[in-house]
Amino acid sequence: MTPLLSISDLRVGFGRNPKANEVVRGVSFEIADGETLAIVGESGSGKSVTALSINRLVDFGGGRITGGSMKLKRRDGSLFDLTGATEAKLAGIRGAEIGMIFQEPMTSLNPVLTIGTQIEESFRLHRGLTGRQATAAARDALDRVRIPDAARRLKYTPNQLSGGMLQRVMIAIALACNPRLLIADEPTTALDVTVQAQIMALLAELKRESGMSMVFITHDIGLVAGIADKVMVMQNGQAVEQGELNQILDSPQHPYTQHLLLDVPHFASGRATRADGQRDKGENTQPALKVDGLVVRFPLKSSFFSRATGAVHAVDGVDFDLMQGETLAIVGESGSGKSTTAKALLGLVRSTRGSFSVASRKASAERSAKPLQMVFQNPYASLNPRLTIESILAEPVIATGGRVDAETGARMASLLERVGLPKNSLERYPHEFSGGQRQRLCIARALMLNPSVVVLDEAVSALDVSVQAKVLELLVDLQREFGQAYLFISHDMAVVERIAHRIAVIYAGQIVEIGDARSVLSKPKHSYTKKLIAAVPTIDRRHEHFEIDTRQVPSLVRPQGFEPAPARWERFGGDHMARAEA
Amino acid sequence: MRILRAIFGHGSGRIGGVIVGIYLVLAILGLLGLTPHNPITQYRIDRLHAPSAAYWMGTDLFGRDVASRLMAGIGQSFTVAFFSVAFAALAGTVLGLAAAWLGRRWDGVLMRIMDVLLAFPAILLALLIVTVAGPGTWTSVVAIGIVYTPIFTRVVRGPALSLKTREFVDAARTFGSSSSYIVTRHLLLNLVAPLTVQVTLALAWALLTEAGLSFLGLGTQPPAASLGLMLSDSRNLMETAPWLMIFPGLAIMISILGFNLLGDALRDILDPKMRRALA
Repeated sequence: MTPLLSISDLRVGFGRNPKANEVVRGVSFEIADGETLAIVGESGSGKSVTALSINRLVDFGGGRITGGSMKLKRRDGSLFDLTGATEAKLAGIRGAEIGMIFQEPMTSLNPVLTIGTQIEESFRLHRGLTGRQATAAARDALDRVRIPDAARRLKYTPNQLSGGMLQRVMIAIALACNPRLLIADEPTTALDVTVQAQIMALLAELKRESGMSMVFITHDIGLVAGIADKVMVMQNGQAVEQGELNQILDSPQHPYTQHLLLDVPHFASGRATRADGQRDKGENTQPALKVDGLVVRFPLKSSFFSRATGAVHAVDGVDFDLMQGETLAIVGESGSGKSTTAKALLGLVRSTRGSFSVASRKASAERSAKPLQMVFQNPYASLNPRLTIESILAEPVIATGGRVDAETGARMASLLERVGLPKNSLERYPHEFSGGQRQRLCIARALMLNPSVVVLDEAVSALDVSVQAKVLELLVDLQREFGQAYLFISHDMAVVERIAHRIAVIYAGQIVEIGDARSVLSKPKHSYTKKLIAAVPTIDRRHEHFEIDTRQVPSLVRPQGFEPAPARWERFGGDHMARAEA
Repeated sequence: MRILRAIFGHGSGRIGGVIVGIYLVLAILGLLGLTPHNPITQYRIDRLHAPSAAYWMGTDLFGRDVASRLMAGIGQSFTVAFFSVAFAALAGTVLGLAAAWLGRRWDGVLMRIMDVLLAFPAILLALLIVTVAGPGTWTSVVAIGIVYTPIFTRVVRGPALSLKTREFVDAARTFGSSSSYIVTRHLLLNLVAPLTVQVTLALAWALLTEAGLSFLGLGTQPPAASLGLMLSDSRNLMETAPWLMIFPGLAIMISILGFNLLGDALRDILDPKMRRALA
C-alpha cells in the first residue's frame, strides 16, 4: 500500500544561495493513512521548516527546496508531486488535502474579521459554499471542535476568545475541508498546561473520528507520548533517529535522543524532587522571606474621572515563608497571580495590603541593601542591548551606592566564571550571547549584591529544553554554594519538580495548596492541583485518552469592597496543607 | 567609522552623504570668509553680470558676486539650521523623556501643549514667534527650534514609553537604580538611533523654514547673505538676470535632497530589523 505522504532526502535552503545555507539536510520519512508522526527537536533543528515544506509554505518565508522528493497520495489515489508543483496547484492542495495549525493562535487569526467569516472562507474556497450554507457549515465546524454555543460564537472577533478557544477555531478552520493530513506546528506551546491537555484531547478525538494523519511538531518529547505512533528526532537539519513510539522512548539509540529523554526535565509525579530540604533539620528558624496576607488589586474605572466600580483581585491574601537555602515554587496558570506576587515583593507593583519581611544576610552587611533580587523570564528583553556586560553587571552595585573598584571587578569575574561564561565576556554586548548564556548573565547580575532571596520568574521557560536542564543544574549548584533562597515561579511542573523543596499552587489569586514538593506532586489534595498534575504530559503515559474539560478560569473582577471568605485549611501531615473546598 | 562605512555602502546614503559633505565644506568656507570675492563688496561696474570666469554665478543688482554670497548664505542657513535643530532635539528629548517617565498628568499636560504647537503650520508658528520677538539670526534659531520641538518630543516619547515597560528597566528598578540612571542608561541610550535619523531629517526642514523666514524678510537681515534672502531679492529680476534665482533655488533644493537621502539611509542602517535584512 502506498503511504499517504512519502518524503525522501528532502533538502531546504534559505537566502540567495540556498544550496550553501541548507537548514534541512536530507530528511526522509513516510506517513501512512491515519498515522501520527511526531517531529521532535529544539529551536533551529529544522523541524518547522520540514513541516512548512510539506505544503510548500516555506516558499513564502524565503526558503527553496534544493533537493529530494515529496509525494502525496491524493484522495482519488493518484500521486501528487509536491516538490515540483506550481503555486496554483498547491493552493488547491492546501486546506483541502493538507490542513495546518500554528503555534500562536492569537496571531494566526485576522483580528478585524469575525471567526465565522474566517471559517467560512475555507468552505467558500474549496467547496464553493456561499451564504447560509457556508454559515451552517461553519457552525458545524465549531461544534466539531467542541466550542459550546457555536451559533453565537460565530459572530465573535478573535479578541473576545481565550487562547485555547482560538486554537480550537484554528483547528476548525484547518479541518474544515476534511484534510487527510494535518500539520500541527507546536500547537500547544503558547497555551497553559490544562488548556494544552484539552487541545491534545481534542486532536486525539478528531483523529479517531476522521481517520486523518497528523504531523505533530514539538520540542516536548513528553507531549509526544500521548499522541504519536511514530517519532522522528531532528538535530541540525537531520533526522538523527526515527521509529515507533515505544521503541524510541524505551530504547533510544542516538546519543541526542538519549540526551533528550534522560537529561531534560520530565515530569515524574514527585519521584524526581530534590532531597536536600533543610526545613526539618531545624537549623535555621529565621525565615529568609516571610509574606503575610499579601493583596494586590487593580481598580477598574470606566473613564478617567469616574470612581472605581470594581477591582481585579490579582493576588488575594497570599502568605508563605521561605527559609534560607530553600526553594519555594509558586505554580499556577497564566492569570493566576503568580507573577504579580513576585512583582509586588520587588516593588514593581504596589501591594494593596499585607506585609512581608526579608532577612538580610549578616555575612555581607555592606551589600545587603537589596536582599531581594529577580531573574526575569525573557533573557532577550531583560538585558539592555546597548550596554556592555561590564556595565550591566556594575549596575546593581552603582544602584546601591557602591563604587566599581577592583573588588567589584573581581566579583564580576568570579561570578561569570561560576555561571560558566567565557572570561572575555565583560567587554561584549548581550546580542553576542545565546539565550541560555544571557539567562546565566541575568543570574550573575542578580547575585552581584549577594541577595538572601532570588525571585526567578519563569526563569527557564524561554529556553530550549536541554539548555533548561543545564540552567536548572546551575541554579541548584549556586544555591548549595551560596545558600540563598529561591522563590521559583513557573507554570512548568517538570521544571518545578527538579528545583523545588516546597510547592505552592496558586489559583485565581489564592494559594490553594502548599507543602513539601514530593508530597504535593505525588499526593495532590485540592481538586485544582489534581487537575493541573493530571494535565502534565509525561513519557510514562502513552496513547493517553484525555478527557475534554471545558471548565473556564473564574473572572478575577470583583465588585468594589468585596472580600474573600477567610481560608480554611486542611492539614495532611508535615507541612502539606490544602484549602478546604466548598 | 563603522557608521560612515555603512552610509557609503548604502545606495542613497552615498549620494546624500556626498551632497551633505560638499555643503558642509561650502558652509565652513563661507563662514570663514574664504570665498572667491567678498560677499558684501559691491562691484558697481559689473552690476547684473551674467555668469563668467570672474563671477562664476554672475553678480546681483548691486554688483555683488553671487557665488560668494551663495557660500556665505549656505554658511548662514546651515548655522541657523544646526543651532535650531540642536535646540529642538535637546528640548524635545528632555520633554519627551519627562513625559514618558513621569507619566500620568505630566504626560497629559506636556503632550497637549505639544499638540497645540503641532496644530500650527511650521512656517506660520515661526512667523508668529519672529514677529513678536523681532527679526534676526538668533530669534530665527529660537523660533525654528520651538517649531520643531514637538516633533522630537513625540519621536522620543513613543519609544521611551515602550522601553519603560521592558524587562531590563524592571530589572534596574529591582536593584534600586536611580531614575536618572535608568532614564539616561536604559532609555536615552536606546533612543540614539531614532534621534539620529530625526536630526538629519529635521535639518532639511529647518533649512527650508529658515529660507522661508528670510524670504519674507524676517530671518537674516541684509546686507548679510542667506539663501532665502537671495531668492527674495531675485524676484523682480527674474527675466533680466535668471541666475540670481536659479542658483540659490538649486542650492536649497539639492541640500534638502541630500539631507533626506542621508536620513533615509540612516533609518535603514540603524533599524535593527533592516540591518538584519541588509546583512
